[in-house]
Amino acid sequence: MKLNRRTLLASGASAATLATLGLPVRAQTEPLKVGFIYVGPIGDGGWTFQHDLGRLAVEEHFGDAVETIYQESVPEGADAERAITQMVLAGADLIFTTSFGFMDATANVAAQFPDVKFEHATGYKTADNLAVYDARFYEGRAVIGHIAGKMTKTNKIGYIGSFPIPEVIQGINSSFIHARKANPDVEMVVIWAYTWFDPAKEADAAQAMIEQGVDVILQHTDSTAPQAAAQAAGNVFTFGQASDMEAFKPVPRISSIIDNWAPYYIGRVQAAIDGTWATHSFWGGIADGEVLIGEITEAVPAEVKAEAEALRDQIAAGTYHPFTGPLNKQDGTPWLAEGQTATDEELRGLNFYVEGIAGEIPA
Amino acid sequence: MDLGGISPILLLASLMVASTPILLAALGELVVERAGVLNLGVEGMMITGAITGFATAVATGSPALGFLGAAAGGAALSVIFAVLVLWLKSNQVATGLALTLFGLGLASLIGQGYQGIRAPSTARLDIPLLSDIPALGPILFRHDWVVYLGLALVAGTWWFLSRTRAGLTLRAVGENHDAAHALGYHVLRLRFLAILFGGACAGLGGAYLSLVRVPQWTEGVTAGAGWIALAIVVFASWRPLRLLLGAWLFGGISVLQLNLQAANVPVPVEVLSMAPYLVTILVLVLISSGRGRARLAAPGSLGQPFHASR
Repeated sequence: MKLNRRTLLASGASAATLATLGLPVRAQTEPLKVGFIYVGPIGDGGWTFQHDLGRLAVEEHFGDAVETIYQESVPEGADAERAITQMVLAGADLIFTTSFGFMDATANVAAQFPDVKFEHATGYKTADNLAVYDARFYEGRAVIGHIAGKMTKTNKIGYIGSFPIPEVIQGINSSFIHARKANPDVEMVVIWAYTWFDPAKEADAAQAMIEQGVDVILQHTDSTAPQAAAQAAGNVFTFGQASDMEAFKPVPRISSIIDNWAPYYIGRVQAAIDGTWATHSFWGGIADGEVLIGEITEAVPAEVKAEAEALRDQIAAGTYHPFTGPLNKQDGTPWLAEGQTATDEELRGLNFYVEGIAGEIPA
Repeated sequence: MDLGGISPILLLASLMVASTPILLAALGELVVERAGVLNLGVEGMMITGAITGFATAVATGSPALGFLGAAAGGAALSVIFAVLVLWLKSNQVATGLALTLFGLGLASLIGQGYQGIRAPSTARLDIPLLSDIPALGPILFRHDWVVYLGLALVAGTWWFLSRTRAGLTLRAVGENHDAAHALGYHVLRLRFLAILFGGACAGLGGAYLSLVRVPQWTEGVTAGAGWIALAIVVFASWRPLRLLLGAWLFGGISVLQLNLQAANVPVPVEVLSMAPYLVTILVLVLISSGRGRARLAAPGSLGQPFHASR
């Protein structure tokens, strides 16, 4: 599309007017415009990078039938609402907002523009035109937790948390439970970085852990800085987060959890084109191909690798749930009885550690 | 007090490392502000230095050349600022902010294609004998050379500003540019050089992140360090030695905060995160309320454009 200032201004103004009047903004023959709001830069090598791979997969799959737009490094907070609104005014028909912190902003904008479809990642607020989608990262964390428990020599593993929200707490609990199963002596150190992406801070957090004897680091933040810190320290193992982070193979990165959004994005864009799009709350895991376990490198002994892969396959087959009782809460009160599994409802609101993890979850 | 597994020696050693990027950037800004110019573009110059330094180091395989490239990159960006505010008399605050935004964008543009590449590693400089001193050795004498460069620059800047004629002239230009002009000093030329120095220092600080601390190119690698550098300059009331203290305080608290968490000491993260800023405010209050003392010690012409005709 050729743009000059006049048509740009005119189209912006008319789109605004039409949108306020609640009229359809565009004719049916034009390609579906799909927008993406990213919390970090595409070049983070982690979370946002993977979402963008999903966007590129959509472009490749649909070709001319779809046009995608995106905005990166959108701060969580008041400014997000402006960014999303701007994307609506730019003519987007379907908008994916890809971070937990965009939840309220997305819900607010969705209420204003009932004809635009919204999808919010990892949140829980839905509406007729607002769907939510998430991935069962805790399934992948069970697998890497098992590897971590087997690989630690100091019996101290570290977890760099981002924000104390249910998704991260699920990850901490899941990896701890399976590390303990693999190695009853294991202890876990948690550092809250209060950021999704701050390479220097993540490097410092990893450094602080290493100095205190941690030799396996799991991260829930998005940059590769902890990997580099582990590499500099030698004999410390890490796992790729969100993206494979294959640059750090075979050590320190001994495996990874990969978020694979492409199948979901393609499916939802198809639904929007077909007119079958409806709101839902989707939570895919290893079985749906939304969470992948990256290559387990040769630094991991063969039997540990086989155990980890067996665990992965059991989770995929649905024969094993990472949160299966008996499990107690941190204070010792019973949570899940023998053989009982946690419900999705419980997991979505998870706000406590399981027994054995030291420290408190910040309020 | 039980600090769990925190080793004070390792903590102090990582404090030295954590404070180096902000120290370098703040030092440059200090000289710029002492010359009477407020450059809020530190963040932009830092990240530009981070990527130009990274690109140079990758291309040449030499971290030293990388840091040189970083200084050049930061200085090149500061030239834009200098031309705009010195000769075109644009508003310094607005231009500085624009420089930050421009720098962030420019860095991410240059950075395309550098993601996932690893930089050549910067050698650690174990100073013989000294590094074997118990306690002091690991804290002071087992770092990479950039840490020492930062300290040397602080000492050099202090000496330059307080002990040399040129330093006196620079301060005169910052305190009262009309008087300095009347005395025949080249206000704009001096300010231009100061801005260049500031840009080069910010570039070095940025490269320390992308070449040593992270060490990799990721977009947004500076993550606000430039703003902290600006705060430190005020904290230091425009004095180089206090600047060192400020950088250690800011860097130290951020490292301490993470260590306390890892050691499971129940100190709220939020308290430690805001501590350096609280201290900055406190210092400002103390300095400005001291009777008979030269109030904030901010350079008199700070932020004002200079034109010879006025």
